[in-house]
Amino acid sequence: MNRSLPPSSWPVAGRLVLERDLRLAFRRPGQLLQPLAFFAVITLLFPLALTPELERLREVAPGVLWISALLSSLLALDFLFRDDAQDGTLEQFALSGQSLTLLLFAKTVAHWLLTGLPLAVMAPLLGVALGVPLQALPGILAALALGTATLSLVGAIGAGLTLGARRGGVLLSLLTLPLAVPILIFGARATELAIKGAGYAGPMYLLAALAVLGLTLAPLAAAAAVRIGLE
Amino acid sequence: MLAVENLHVFRGDRHVLRALSFELAAGCCLRVTGVNGAGKTTLLRALCGLVEAEEGVLRWRGVETSRSAPGYHAELAYLGHDAPLKADLSGRENIRYAVGLRRVLDREAVSRALERVGATAFAERPVRSLSAGQRRRIAFAALWLCGATLWLLDEPNTNLDTQGQELVAGLIEEQLRAGGLVVAAVHQDLHLTAGRRMDLVIPGGR
Amino acid sequence: MDWTWFHRLASPPHVYRIAGTLTPWFAWPAGLLIVAALYGGLVLAPPDYQQGDGFRIIYVHAPTAWLSVMIYTTMAVAAAIGLIWRMKVAHAAAASCAGIGAWFTAASLVTGMLWGKPMWGTYWVWDPRLTAQLILLFLYLGYMGLRAGIEDTARADRASAVLAIVGVVNVPIIRFSVDWWNSIHQAPSVMKMDRPSMPADMLVPLLLMLLGFTLYFFAVLLVRLRAEILRRERSASWLREALSA
Repeated sequence: MNRSLPPSSWPVAGRLVLERDLRLAFRRPGQLLQPLAFFAVITLLFPLALTPELERLREVAPGVLWISALLSSLLALDFLFRDDAQDGTLEQFALSGQSLTLLLFAKTVAHWLLTGLPLAVMAPLLGVALGVPLQALPGILAALALGTATLSLVGAIGAGLTLGARRGGVLLSLLTLPLAVPILIFGARATELAIKGAGYAGPMYLLAALAVLGLTLAPLAAAAAVRIGLE
Repeated sequence: MLAVENLHVFRGDRHVLRALSFELAAGCCLRVTGVNGAGKTTLLRALCGLVEAEEGVLRWRGVETSRSAPGYHAELAYLGHDAPLKADLSGRENIRYAVGLRRVLDREAVSRALERVGATAFAERPVRSLSAGQRRRIAFAALWLCGATLWLLDEPNTNLDTQGQELVAGLIEEQLRAGGLVVAAVHQDLHLTAGRRMDLVIPGGR
Repeated sequence: MDWTWFHRLASPPHVYRIAGTLTPWFAWPAGLLIVAALYGGLVLAPPDYQQGDGFRIIYVHAPTAWLSVMIYTTMAVAAAIGLIWRMKVAHAAAASCAGIGAWFTAASLVTGMLWGKPMWGTYWVWDPRLTAQLILLFLYLGYMGLRAGIEDTARADRASAVLAIVGVVNVPIIRFSVDWWNSIHQAPSVMKMDRPSMPADMLVPLLLMLLGFTLYFFAVLLVRLRAEILRRERSASWLREALSA
């Protein structure tokens, strides 16, 4: 019996979940690269479908980058909770006595660090291939980093809701994409302004507002969704 | 300690548990039996709150569990028939991340638990390379280590050899001696030699 | 506080019976109001000084657009009630709302497109209202898809309830973002119907139509709710008694 061991505080529990997810991801680096490869493939298909002229590509670059990033993020979201639901880890989370909201939030943070952030870091590289000027690259990175963070938060709700559903992957996209419209609008606009060399603070503030809203409400909804999915 | 009153649980259209009532005191083991599909797993999941009861009250230390779920959960441990382990992590890592949510662990505490269940030899290997029985032992090490008062066990003897079954019996007896409670859904006997035992047979199953 | 009266009031047999009694009280006034509003809108109201007779489609477009949002809100409120007070009938009501709401949204899109044709020479313009309606339609489809994707009714109820609540929080944000997007790109806006100067003989039929459509929605909701209760309670004993009586 080990009732003598002191109970864990919530920051310790949250850190453990984060650490666990990062470690698990790095045990399978191939899976980690998949969304990034997907992002690159979609983005680089556009010049083939539209035109090789950098002038014209530069005009559509914000849309191309954002749609590709959105789709790649969604692809990864499908795995956010699925494995842990199947092997019973989520059940143990729910019964750990710690706040499920906190533990799932830690998982969402890990997910963003492993997919959203690398996507944002990679976007400038692809931007160059779309004729984006170099001085726009920091703006693109910032907008995508903020946007994908909100998308992870909102997507966590969808991922929780589709846990018990048939063909969850397609359904997840159908649920999440309409909710992602504001992120897409503000994010693409910030990117567009950055490419034009104009100030992009306005849409960035709006993106930040969405992120704050997502941060406060989405984890609660995601925990409720997962709890229902566990039944 | 644990009191169940008039519990009704539905799975879809099926009325699985009908008007179930029992009370379990400290240091007592409840064996739940019944044919396949009678609702043994459903009962365990309802007891830990993973399944919503349609009707009925669940009390832990005299307080309704729905009113203080985190406190109740901190005192219970549920082991389903598949051990909740990550195949890519070693046994030791699995224990660290699972039990660490509840208790502050050091390396030595984990080693002690691994030794208690005879898993020291394979604790550093990734779980995917372990046999079903070995995984089970890792899961029991985690259970033992988290120091919960109430154990809810679904088919604890699955995949275990005779030695393993003796180990489980020993762990349960130790838990009962320390004033803990055990609810176990079983097919075979638990081979307990000490501790107070009660039986609950769930009728039906279609 | 004792809530048993509340739960008895909301028990399926009780709601089934009440809904049956109430349906004509909504259906008849709805029918009369719609006929009166059609006469007022299509015959009595003068043609618009700019749009001619084309504007008359507003008498269908505006009420359907209004209802599509109102029904989504109703659905979310019903879902929240079901989730918080564990009331099955509220979940059944939310489930009944979805299909009606999706059809109203589709109707508002189609009428909006028909309106766009004479005004702008094309069936589709990226007008902010039409765009927001389109996204709303996807929200409805997602809700229905989630319901259809989960086999167990109780679980589908609860999961879709969470989605409806998340959706209703998002609807104003989506509206705002789409308006913002439109203000930047300055796409043409066809549907400026909130002119305060609308003369009374145009406005009154519109308000009548709005009320008529709303009552019509409630009538259809009650009918669908009864059907939904029948489906869910198919193995309940009260139903067998009610049917054999």
